[in-house]
Amino acid sequence: MLQTVFFYVFSVILVISALQVILAKNPIHSVLFLILAFVTSSCLWIMLNVEFLALTLILVYVGAVMVLFLFVVMMLDIDIETMRKGFWKNLPLALCLGLVVLAEMVMVLVTKPVVVYQITQTDNSISNSNQLGWMLYTKYSYPVELASVILLLGLVVAVALTLRPSSKNAKYQNIAKQVAVSKTGRIEMVKMQAEKVEVIVDEKVGKDKEVSV
Amino acid sequence: MNISLFAAIPEIFVTGMLVIMLLIDAFIDEKKKAVNTIWAILTLIGGFVLQLYVFIPGKVQLAFNDMFILDAMACGMKLFTYLTGIIVVLYVKRYVDDKQLLKGEFYAIFLFAILGMLVMISANNMLILYVGLELLSLALYGLVAIDRDNVRSTEAAMKFFILGALSSGLLLYGISFIYGATNGHLQLESVYAEIGALMKGHVNNASLVFGVVFVVAGLMFKLGLVPFHMWVPDVYEGSTLAVTTVIGTVTELAAVVFVIRFLVGGLALLGPQWSIMLSVLAFLSLIIGNIVAIAQTNIKRMLGYSAISHMGFIAFGLMTTSVEGLSAVIFYVVTYVLTALAGFGVLLMLSRDKYECEKIDDLKGLNKSHPIYAGILLLVMFSLAGIPPLVGFYAKLKILEALVATGYIRSAIFAVVMSLIGAFFYLRIVKVMYFDEQDSEIIVADNCILGRSALVLNGLALLVLGVVPQQLMVACLRFITG
Repeated sequence: MLQTVFFYVFSVILVISALQVILAKNPIHSVLFLILAFVTSSCLWIMLNVEFLALTLILVYVGAVMVLFLFVVMMLDIDIETMRKGFWKNLPLALCLGLVVLAEMVMVLVTKPVVVYQITQTDNSISNSNQLGWMLYTKYSYPVELASVILLLGLVVAVALTLRPSSKNAKYQNIAKQVAVSKTGRIEMVKMQAEKVEVIVDEKVGKDKEVSV
Repeated sequence: MNISLFAAIPEIFVTGMLVIMLLIDAFIDEKKKAVNTIWAILTLIGGFVLQLYVFIPGKVQLAFNDMFILDAMACGMKLFTYLTGIIVVLYVKRYVDDKQLLKGEFYAIFLFAILGMLVMISANNMLILYVGLELLSLALYGLVAIDRDNVRSTEAAMKFFILGALSSGLLLYGISFIYGATNGHLQLESVYAEIGALMKGHVNNASLVFGVVFVVAGLMFKLGLVPFHMWVPDVYEGSTLAVTTVIGTVTELAAVVFVIRFLVGGLALLGPQWSIMLSVLAFLSLIIGNIVAIAQTNIKRMLGYSAISHMGFIAFGLMTTSVEGLSAVIFYVVTYVLTALAGFGVLLMLSRDKYECEKIDDLKGLNKSHPIYAGILLLVMFSLAGIPPLVGFYAKLKILEALVATGYIRSAIFAVVMSLIGAFFYLRIVKVMYFDEQDSEIIVADNCILGRSALVLNGLALLVLGVVPQQLMVACLRFITG
């Protein structure tokens, strides 16, 4: 009973926040709603007893990916008006396609009997992350290795698209030089006269006042 | 649990060589970057030889927990992939040097793309099909964007990336429905068996069909069929000629095998559902591909639309779901890739530093100055148009035969009419080359004997395969029957 209540509470929040991701006028709000959607779906996952994946979702997506996303959205100066320009022009076609997909989905849901499978409960003595690790590194070792190749490719492409060896701004590391660095090359001791404290305080107060006025 | 890796030796070799290449590239002097080219060719030749070595005729080999399959189709298509890969490197070598693209990165990303194709070709699991596709797509996005200072390249890469991500999403969504409806199976033969059991039990298969709709949409995007074709002309035109060559030739091989594995390997029992979708998409592709191509003045863009129409033909072949139809599809794609390769090869030879041979007018009077290149391009255009005795004719004929044999007579007539319309823009190029006056000097920049002789051989192959297509046809039939 309690589970069902929680399920519906989380689901409603998830659906509303997912809608807000595409409906919010401000892109920052969209990103924040996406974070909310991730958190609630991770709550749903916890209710399904997949703790490891739920926590990974929060750690990786909310903690890393979405924060990066937030930064990018804040950095980019997106002109929302120009982005919304084609909205009314493209609405009829988009609406038609959307309705077709919606009708398909409804047809899947209403035709009976819906195919339902019971999830077989596995041995509870082994923890969730342990089981996942076993699966990943035995049965699914091939896709894991391919995923690592994809990551390597991503690295190569990112470097190829951003590094310009010809430009003078490219920075290179000289490890030998870094290792051989000595104290005298890095730190310079400078003698400075102690400043009078009252003057600084006075200036600060004056500035503060100016600002507030 | 099957942990034998014997069948996957060529892929492991390619991956290893690829990583070594990245290391070599990091430490080598800027002037000695030609090593990368040689290394790429060596990798592909090594892969080819190893592929021949590991294949045992008449036996299906599995590896990596049965997620990797090496059957006749996988072996044959991988050999073709290596072969076309080698030819592509020979063609683009000088062009990449001239344009001062990043040589090391270019070949490394190209090999990544080849690896993605190999993975796709011998995937036996929906997860692997998807991961291989992502490997290939990501490499292609990188290749399209590699000419960083060119605005058109960047724009094309952006379009390709966003639409590609969307279609991957569609594909995954469809796979998730099939996964759910088949009680959690991703392995292609278990999906097939599970669907068979469902069909016998007369259970509602609405969710399966729903998944198939999305899977087909995602797959057809990768093939570039109308209405999922928007990216094709832009990417063909926007990327540099070397990259267009990669996208327009080698990639098609893997894409077609990918679709065959998905639809015929896993979802064969839902054939009635997906063949209707394919037929609609093929109709649209043949119309739009052939008619819009007439209006193009840019050869790359024109070849893009021509690729759409050829993919329409391939979709017609897939629609028949018969053994003849599928072997015709394999024959079609192999010969199409060979033909397109020769076409792009000529354009690459005619392009040089700061000059791209991409307007149709650039070919004016090519016959006067360079009769050999004009002759090869003539063969290419005739073959693409489907004029006997060139190989393109037999490819089309085979598809039409399969269509008629399975009762799709109206589709066959429609395809013939459409390829007749398509003949116009192929023949126009021939007319420009042979009958128009030259208004600017055409310089052939390539001085590498290997590239040139490969091009001549490639051109001759179109004619020879057209006269004696039997061997290749038998081989293609064997790919399907095993």
